[in-house]
Amino acid sequence: MDSRKPTGDYEVIIGMEVHAQLDTKSKMFCGCRADVFGAEPNTLVCPVCLGMPGVLPVINRRAVECTIMTGLALNCSIAEFSRFARKNYNYPDLVKGYQISQYELPLCHNGWLEIEADDTTKRVRIERVHLEEDTGKLFHMGTYSLVDYNRSGVPLMEIVSEPDMRSAAEAYAYLTKLRQILRYLGVSSGDMEKGAMRCEVNVSLRPAGTETLGTKVEIKNLNSFRSVKMALEYEIQRQAEILDKGGTVEQVTMGWDEERQRTVVQRSKEFAHDYRYFPEPDLPPLEISREWVAEIRAQLPELPDAKCDRFVAQYGLSVYDATVLSAEREVADYFENCVALYPQAKTVANWISGEIFRRMNEAGLSITEIKVTPQGLAGLLNLVEKGAINLNTARRVFIEMLESGRSAEAIVAEQGLAQMSDIETLERIVDEVLAANPDQVQQYLAGKETVARWLVGQVMKATQGKANPQLVNKSLSEKLQALQRLREDKKSATHL
Amino acid sequence: MKLTREEVEHIAELAKIGLTEEEKALFQEQLSAILEYAEMLQRVDTSAIPPTATVLPLRNVMRPDEPHPSLPREDVLANAPQSEDGCFRVKVILES
Ligand SMILES: [Zn+2]
Repeated sequence: MDSRKPTGDYEVIIGMEVHAQLDTKSKMFCGCRADVFGAEPNTLVCPVCLGMPGVLPVINRRAVECTIMTGLALNCSIAEFSRFARKNYNYPDLVKGYQISQYELPLCHNGWLEIEADDTTKRVRIERVHLEEDTGKLFHMGTYSLVDYNRSGVPLMEIVSEPDMRSAAEAYAYLTKLRQILRYLGVSSGDMEKGAMRCEVNVSLRPAGTETLGTKVEIKNLNSFRSVKMALEYEIQRQAEILDKGGTVEQVTMGWDEERQRTVVQRSKEFAHDYRYFPEPDLPPLEISREWVAEIRAQLPELPDAKCDRFVAQYGLSVYDATVLSAEREVADYFENCVALYPQAKTVANWISGEIFRRMNEAGLSITEIKVTPQGLAGLLNLVEKGAINLNTARRVFIEMLESGRSAEAIVAEQGLAQMSDIETLERIVDEVLAANPDQVQQYLAGKETVARWLVGQVMKATQGKANPQLVNKSLSEKLQALQRLREDKKSATHL
Repeated sequence: MKLTREEVEHIAELAKIGLTEEEKALFQEQLSAILEYAEMLQRVDTSAIPPTATVLPLRNVMRPDEPHPSLPREDVLANAPQSEDGCFRVKVILES
């Protein structure tokens, strides 16, 4: 990819359609459980989501709230009057021969999302956010296919952007930001690998400086953030090469072939794109009162950008630290809960982005799953602050805490790790170390001052790392200076 | 309003129905007759009537987000012509 020529002569136009499963307890129009991932096939279905004749769907209020909340977070206008529509097509994953969706009156429209990419900040306009139901899942078995309808009727939110993105990096930033917000709101896990978030992009190129729109190519089957970026980079290059040669880009639907790392033309599904939308007669329309919208707005959590700004202002964090800590709501909460008990924000930030993130990455755990709670971390840091343990010991204790989930105090007490701050004992050990290493002492006295650090190391070793390093340093440098004076006194005595 | 033969073929395709040549001619007549019948509505003066998608006086019919038990799988698959491994078995679906 790197060896290919850049596409500076063309302007890239990217729009995105994102489907996100809502984390409701029940499905969109029936009471079946909505957390269907991993469930045995066809065990979470009922006459409604199986599309049996004579059944009536009933709208899940929470799903509507989640969608309105998302619309508000994306700066959308919320419709005063909204209704569902039937999207008609025949495919075995669709039980009724139509999908209940929204067409001309979506719940939310005309919003925007601010993204940062290529060192600039820009707004991507949101055309609409609407609510629909998911379809079943097909398994292709070669000579036949199998269908699992558990996913049928799971609430699905569709978020459609305007074609405002101009590079693969911007599209990636948009998707990342969108997922971050959905997670902050708690409306969707945004987990692409589990299919909880699905993405379709359309991309076209036009000669830079012109206004005519090029032929749009749609790319589907993007099931990871990485594949969205790779597919777009590949497709932009592919179209640029066609245009370079004076060719025309065909309007097709592509898929991303993960193995071959290229986009491939997908055979169109065997139905024409003629959905014959009409208002869903089984569902009375929604009149969304401004009071209800205000209620939902009041439930909006602090969003990532606002939280990041506040972390800088309130805790004096760098923009970088604040961005890292506000990326996920759980991490931000962890940070603030810890700082409430140990008010040195920078130290807490360093421990989270260092030791805690390392553990999360190694073990593949989220911050709420690791065994050290914010209270636990604050307890550990307070022990360091009080001088009860030194930093080296703190790191050892932390690892122990990660394994056992016990408190720092308990581990320190049980293992006798408390820092050795008793001057007399330390001075005795320093004397012993000096006596045991006459050669190194001579080197120091001869001017090789780095040896002092080695001697500190020996004292730490003799105390199993428990010695208070400040006290060791102080004692050792006093004693070495005394030896130095003694030596100089001797020298001048011989000259007399 | 008379449907063309192509329109009948398109409708059959959308409905995934295979039609013989005789059936196409037959349905062209029958569907056109139905459309003509419905076309009578076009003669009603609706200039003073606001457009609507529903005739029911209902709004905001919603339920709380509470899960209920689903059907036992034996019942789910009871009427399926074919099933396998807890799934509905259908004819091969060609994709890419
Ligand atoms: Zn159901």
